[in-house]
Amino acid sequence: MQQMAKVGAVMLVGILAATATVSRAQSPYGIGRAATAAEIAGWNIDIGPDGSGLPAGSGSVSHGREVYGNQCAACHGDNGQGGIGDRLVGGQGTLATSKPIRTVGSYWPYAPTLFDYIRRAMPQNAPGSLSNEDVYAVSAYILNLNRLLPADAVLDAKTMAAIKMPNRKMFVDDARPDVNACMSGC
Amino acid sequence: MPHSKMGHNDPARPSRRALLRGAAAIGGATLASGTIGSASASSNLPPEVPEWMKTPGEPMGSQPYGSPSPFEKNVVKNIPKDLPQYLSASGRTPLQDLDGIITPNGLFYERHHGGVPTIDPAQHRLMLHGLVERPMIFTVDDIRRFPSTSRIHFLECSGNPGYQKPFGKTASDLVGLLSCAEWTGVSMKLVLEEAGLRPEAKWVIAEGADAVAMKRSIPIDKCLDDAMVVYSQNGERLRPQQGYPLRLILPGFEGNMNVKWLRRLHVTAEPVYSREETSKYTDLMPDGIARKFSFVMEAKSIILRPSGGQRLSGTGFHEISGIAWSGRGKIRRVDVSVDDGKSWQEAELQAPVLTRALTRFRLPWRWNGEPAVIQSRAIDETGYVQPTLAELLAVRGENYFYHNNAIWPWHIAADGEVSNAANG
Repeated sequence: MQQMAKVGAVMLVGILAATATVSRAQSPYGIGRAATAAEIAGWNIDIGPDGSGLPAGSGSVSHGREVYGNQCAACHGDNGQGGIGDRLVGGQGTLATSKPIRTVGSYWPYAPTLFDYIRRAMPQNAPGSLSNEDVYAVSAYILNLNRLLPADAVLDAKTMAAIKMPNRKMFVDDARPDVNACMSGC
Repeated sequence: MPHSKMGHNDPARPSRRALLRGAAAIGGATLASGTIGSASASSNLPPEVPEWMKTPGEPMGSQPYGSPSPFEKNVVKNIPKDLPQYLSASGRTPLQDLDGIITPNGLFYERHHGGVPTIDPAQHRLMLHGLVERPMIFTVDDIRRFPSTSRIHFLECSGNPGYQKPFGKTASDLVGLLSCAEWTGVSMKLVLEEAGLRPEAKWVIAEGADAVAMKRSIPIDKCLDDAMVVYSQNGERLRPQQGYPLRLILPGFEGNMNVKWLRRLHVTAEPVYSREETSKYTDLMPDGIARKFSFVMEAKSIILRPSGGQRLSGTGFHEISGIAWSGRGKIRRVDVSVDDGKSWQEAELQAPVLTRALTRFRLPWRWNGEPAVIQSRAIDETGYVQPTLAELLAVRGENYFYHNNAIWPWHIAADGEVSNAANG
């Protein structure tokens, strides 16, 4: 009886192993488990440059002014002029000078990146604490300060993806190695 | 910009011979103040027998995790003392105080953007999704089950340093956002293959579990080549500052892409154009055009001894010693000049010379007491030659900020004082 139980157990293990092998046939090591759609949805906060991944909801420039005053102004300045945090506003026309001012308005190539970054990383003391509506609103306000949105604008996934950032076409691929060093008789 | 203002505030290091530990301090781990420069210093020198031979030393177990001698307490990370905030900041390796090619874990340079998270490895997960056949989740133990690999690679921040004066006084001030370690983990290729890549997979977006959820886009070719998902550094588990419990190592690529506290890999057809690869870590040219996705750290070298902040004790023999590295492969040769670039001599390279790792070079030298300018230049296995700062500036201009791999000359004054010639 004991012997039979043992044989049965061995067979069961064998069957389980075979089943596992079949269901994991394409995983070379059979390590890890499947991620569920809900798990991925909870963690995937990536927003593409084309606005893919932007959530539902919207926010106005005027609401954004409030959010900015409460959450951002302490580090980035009342008007986005910078402080402990980066300058966010102005600088258009300065990139080809000896004192370039890189801001959202002058340098960033894609508007949806603003939503992505604010949602994941800001405010510094409580990242991820803003609602999607607040993130849309404060993004709208920063774009308005940069004269890229009118004061009565409301930003959502569609309107954010449609914004043409002024510096959009000014990025090129890495051109290095770009310097031929002189070895002798320089 | 993160790394432009770096003060070096280490107090002058006391001469070893001036240091004396009193008998009362023998059992303790701290250096008692008041024993430095004691009048009885000579009592430990020949012909006297030193104090530390007259009583037993510290017993086994007094330091379950060892730490350096109290006489080395000044060899610490070079952290600026005047930053407006320290959540997004960097601390530099004291390169000029180290030997060989391996950076001790406690002195490995740090750069983080939202502080250092304290992560319970049992509650940490790595998610792999996007253009894969089977979206997956791995525990830290899962990652450790994969076939493991250990390799020695340098890691360097791309803003190390900028292109504008004043440049750092010491080697650490100048290029201390550089370190080198033996990394242990799993080839990233094996992890990706576990989920199965779809043919349209061209990029992998890596994301950290820190407060800024740092993320960068990595070309799939690099992920399938020598990229690693790492859990150990120099034999022990990663330090929290280095991404505990999991991080990426992308050999030769700028430090920021080697995402720490790795929690997510999103396989895509296009890069995500995150803030860190548009607003930051792009290279602005004089005409307003900016280079993007500039990943490789090009060949570079620096003399560490003698270097800025040090003083030659006198004329005669001094070994010139430094480090060279290239993100494109092995260092082929390092030349050293002791006559302000008029002539160059080939330095000896410490074996083995490893791919995308620090390479130690050495050259014997006799100083005649006259002012001198010494410098090194690296040549890597692709034939690339480390340029001068002037050559870099001529092509890139002063707004470029990142990827400055210039030759750094040191000026030696008649009194032996060494300073950064680039500030002259």
